[in-house]
Amino acid sequence: MRFALRFALAVGLTAVALPALAQEATFDTKRLPVKDGHFEFEGPFGTYDRGALQRGFQVYKEVCAACHGLNHIAFHNLDEEGGPGFTEAQAKAIAAGYKIPADPNDKGEITDDKGNRLTRPGILADKFPSPYPNEEAARANNSGSLPPDLSMIEKAREGGSDYIYSILTGFHMTPPKGFKVTEGKYYNPYFEGWNISMPPPLVADAVTYSDGTKATIEQEAHDVATFLAWASDPKMEERKRTGFGVLVFLVVLSGVLFAAYRKVWADMH
Amino acid sequence: MSGPSTYTPKSGFEKWIDQRLPLPRLMHDTMQTFPTPRNLNIWYTFGGILTFCLGVQILTGIVLAMHYVANAGLAFDSVEAIMRDVNYGWLIRYIHSNGASMFFLAVYIHMFRGLYYGSYKAPRELIWIIGVLIYLLMMATAFFGYVLPWGQMSFWGATVITNLFSAIPVVGSHIATWLWGDFAVGDATLNRFFSLHYLLPFIIAGVVGLHIWALHVPGNNNPLGIDVKSPQDTVPFHPYYTVKDAFYLCLFVVVFATFVFYAPNFFGNPDNYQQANPLVTPPDIVPEWYLLPFYAMLRSIPNKLMGVIVMGGAIVTLFFLPWLDTSRVRSCRFRPLMKQFFWAFAVACVILGYCGAQSVDATVAGIPLLWVARLATLYYFLFFWILMPIIGLIETPKKLPASIAQSVLGDTAAAAAE
Repeated sequence: MRFALRFALAVGLTAVALPALAQEATFDTKRLPVKDGHFEFEGPFGTYDRGALQRGFQVYKEVCAACHGLNHIAFHNLDEEGGPGFTEAQAKAIAAGYKIPADPNDKGEITDDKGNRLTRPGILADKFPSPYPNEEAARANNSGSLPPDLSMIEKAREGGSDYIYSILTGFHMTPPKGFKVTEGKYYNPYFEGWNISMPPPLVADAVTYSDGTKATIEQEAHDVATFLAWASDPKMEERKRTGFGVLVFLVVLSGVLFAAYRKVWADMH
Repeated sequence: MSGPSTYTPKSGFEKWIDQRLPLPRLMHDTMQTFPTPRNLNIWYTFGGILTFCLGVQILTGIVLAMHYVANAGLAFDSVEAIMRDVNYGWLIRYIHSNGASMFFLAVYIHMFRGLYYGSYKAPRELIWIIGVLIYLLMMATAFFGYVLPWGQMSFWGATVITNLFSAIPVVGSHIATWLWGDFAVGDATLNRFFSLHYLLPFIIAGVVGLHIWALHVPGNNNPLGIDVKSPQDTVPFHPYYTVKDAFYLCLFVVVFATFVFYAPNFFGNPDNYQQANPLVTPPDIVPEWYLLPFYAMLRSIPNKLMGVIVMGGAIVTLFFLPWLDTSRVRSCRFRPLMKQFFWAFAVACVILGYCGAQSVDATVAGIPLLWVARLATLYYFLFFWILMPIIGLIETPKKLPASIAQSVLGDTAAAAAE
């Protein structure tokens, strides 16, 4: 009798608890569709907004670079055509502000007396140095997660710049009731699985723009997403410009060939 | 190449050459005076377009190979260096990567055209069979090429495809190890794939030579599927088809260039801009679009070995096509029943391609795509092995025109021309 009661109680409790459990498990944590970042470089004639590129570089340098590398970008890229439009002197100054691991000195040493890595100021030919000496160090400093290199992030993510913009502006949202954010992670519904390891990187006025633009989170996200789009695709402006010329040429050539085709075949039908 | 040569050397020098190496004679007979049916439509321009595609891939590929480093540690960065630091490297690489897609787009149009107009039927069986061989070589070359950038999809695509060989009983895992040159896809695999990716296009070029040679013996089929009967039925290849091919090639290049310059990564997968990482499997491993129908077949069979057999069988089937079709009429224009099954077949191929791109458990309107893919696979085989032989026997074809000239010019004009 007692057993039967217990059994009934257990069944009853399970019946009550099951829907609740099931509800927790029914979250489809597929990432939300991306938000439109309204980028100036979209469309067949779009070009990068120089101001956004320079502001975006500032955001990368002052915020993102703490954890994220930009391994494929060299400092000389900064003054190249189609890029952020820094002058060579500015690019040199930016490079000189970075410490690059030095080659062995004339005694064959690569560390100083205290065991610190010898460095030298960067030059235009250098690439952006990684924030961490190796992957293990990167993971050790980020609770086991690896902050991806940002050189190709725009091309390496479905949704491109809009995705980056959505992630950066997708923090600070209230998770749906019952959704448990994993310990040490942050809620971001634009990220697959909704749990992201990156802490909210941007706050209003995280940077002070020298051109007077108000540094809202949206503005910062838009600017840095523009900068990262350029980092992924530095030849975009040249590509679209060349493409226009090529297409005009091909259309004209098609017209000429069509006329020749009609003339040759004129009395054959 | 077929029939008596019409070449007459005009100068003493040409005569001297002609008696020693009659290359000018060959060019004259194959590309200038070659009698070509006068009724070839737009779909017949894809042979020339494909030759162009092969040339573009070889030329851009040779330049890329000058800068590419076939080493698992360096390959990914070397491709990025091509995109950023090599003069016009971005253009050459985008032409090459989109060129592969354009090549397959053209080859599929070319193959469906051959299927529709019965170009595989006697006396053109060997042209078709050599063509299927070229298609196989193209798929192998494209697969090897896709591995070279050493991105995530490169690595995992190579892993999935090479693992298919391990489905072979007893020796399968040994074959896989032998293919890899290691116990997993790695540096040794990348190196041999690069070597083969460089080699195969030249073999393709050689087999294309055979394809064209075999074409020039019976001559072109045509949309009516009837034989050339008199000189009125044909025009010399030059200038009639050189100018027509050139015009349509130019339109094709417009489409090609639009992708290269305005949507260069349209056919690509974002995951391939992440370096290969053997420790991280992408959520969905998807091959390039042109292999998706076969991938869908493979996945729709629960047993791995059976899946591989079905997938291989789908291609092997094409070799038997000339003898599976029992009809005496070539062109689907005059085959009212076959025409409908042909279009159903084309739709089945597109459906298979769509299913291959979705995840295994995907549904559309509540219907599991797995079962859609199974039905389409079934139809693929049904079409070739059952429907084709039967329809050829029971179908009543429409009345064929008396000649190509009569069909193009009308009765009176054709009579006047004779």
